[in-house]
Amino acid sequence: MAELKLPVGEEEIRRLKVGDFVELTGRMITGRDAAHKWLMEDVRQDVMPFMKDTLIYHCGPVVAKRDDGSWDFVAAGPTTSIREEPYQADVIGRYGLRGVIGKGGMGAKTLAGLKEHGAVYLHAIGGAAQVLARAIPKVERVFMLDEFGVPEALWVIHVERFPVVVSMDSHGGSLHDEVEAGSMAKLKELLGL
Amino acid sequence: MTDVGSQVETFVELIRRASTDLPADVNRALEKGRAGETKDGLAERALGTILENVELARSTSAPICQDTGTPVVWIHHPVGVSTRKLAADFTTAVEEATKRTYLRPNAVDTLTGRNTGTGHGRGIPFLHFEEWDEPRIEVRMILKGGGSENVGAQYKLPDGKLRAGRDLEGVRRAVLDAVFQAQGKGCAPGVLGVCIGGDRVSAYEMSKRQILRPIVDTNPIPELAELEERILREANMLGVGPMGFGGRTTLLAVKIGVLDRLPACYFVTVTYMCWADRKAAVSIDAKGEATWLS
Repeated sequence: MAELKLPVGEEEIRRLKVGDFVELTGRMITGRDAAHKWLMEDVRQDVMPFMKDTLIYHCGPVVAKRDDGSWDFVAAGPTTSIREEPYQADVIGRYGLRGVIGKGGMGAKTLAGLKEHGAVYLHAIGGAAQVLARAIPKVERVFMLDEFGVPEALWVIHVERFPVVVSMDSHGGSLHDEVEAGSMAKLKELLGL
Repeated sequence: MTDVGSQVETFVELIRRASTDLPADVNRALEKGRAGETKDGLAERALGTILENVELARSTSAPICQDTGTPVVWIHHPVGVSTRKLAADFTTAVEEATKRTYLRPNAVDTLTGRNTGTGHGRGIPFLHFEEWDEPRIEVRMILKGGGSENVGAQYKLPDGKLRAGRDLEGVRRAVLDAVFQAQGKGCAPGVLGVCIGGDRVSAYEMSKRQILRPIVDTNPIPELAELEERILREANMLGVGPMGFGGRTTLLAVKIGVLDRLPACYFVTVTYMCWADRKAAVSIDAKGEATWLS
């Protein structure tokens, strides 16, 4: 399994292909529904340095506050990515992201954005909240916690050997398009359509 | 049987059990799915990670999935038991379970966008009460995640595009279309709860109630038993696979219930439950003592 250190440059990202297994180590940020809307309503300068050349993780974690005031991700699997489809390509372009981690894949606009900006879509296993929380040893800081609440805040996290699969690459390849086309053909056959 | 005392701790434990462990039959179905996938392929590895994750959650008493869902609860009770009190205890239990991180704060004020922080809110948790003749209370709960809730669907037959008429063949067509539309977005391999008939509200409730059934059981209505078996087999031919990675394990089970309908309406309602098919049940006797039901 290939290891990818974050932050990461465009060249390395362009080498990734659909179907590659990758383990991630380094700093990334979480963000989901409220975050994507917020990121496009204005240029959020304060979070920019935490997004440039790294990944945004579609995740609404369960978080515990420790006695010393630090945060701990108790459960942290991916959420469904397609809800961010209207925003994702623009968020990648505006903030210099090198990719997205989520589940379920994304659509044509994002796929085009990945190609244009040199970014990838990485699929984590949905529901595997314990396996993935163990790969997140440290929470560095959080943005918009009061406004968005725990699941939707933007958490800056450090990951270690965080396991993902490339399911959309920067060359127009999409595992989701392939699976959908195959299942569509089979459905038509089963229903005689 | 009028006063069973506070049931808050029992309900917190019910929530803990559901959030941090899977029923044995669901686990077995996932293992069977893995055994049927190509060795070292994406589907097999996804199911391997899923099974490893369940084991970790069980051994550390931590949530299987960070989306700990909405508690959807069916409570049967004898005459004289206060359903208001049980509802209040359940709501308190949700708040306590959220504090103990068995649940994520999962209720958002729809108008302000603010998370209530307590896990409860308008319409959450969702409690159904039914009186029965037995001298005990039975509580059955599922934790219903949002990703899979978003791929639920309601069809009204006839549907010209699917060539689905008002008969069981039409039902088959609608349900297979729902599985195709969901792809991996509901966290396949899923369990389908289906209701034929009813109105738009009662049908969704009945479809969710089907999720309470064991993974392997036999529908008492023979033609529905046959339809469940056929849809399961055909859905697993679609090639969607675990997480939508492609593969043979797209669904773990299909459960179909039926309600009568208005002459004008013929709904086919599909609830998609993710692989994290979390549920738990408890029986509470007249003294307030809990017995855990598998």
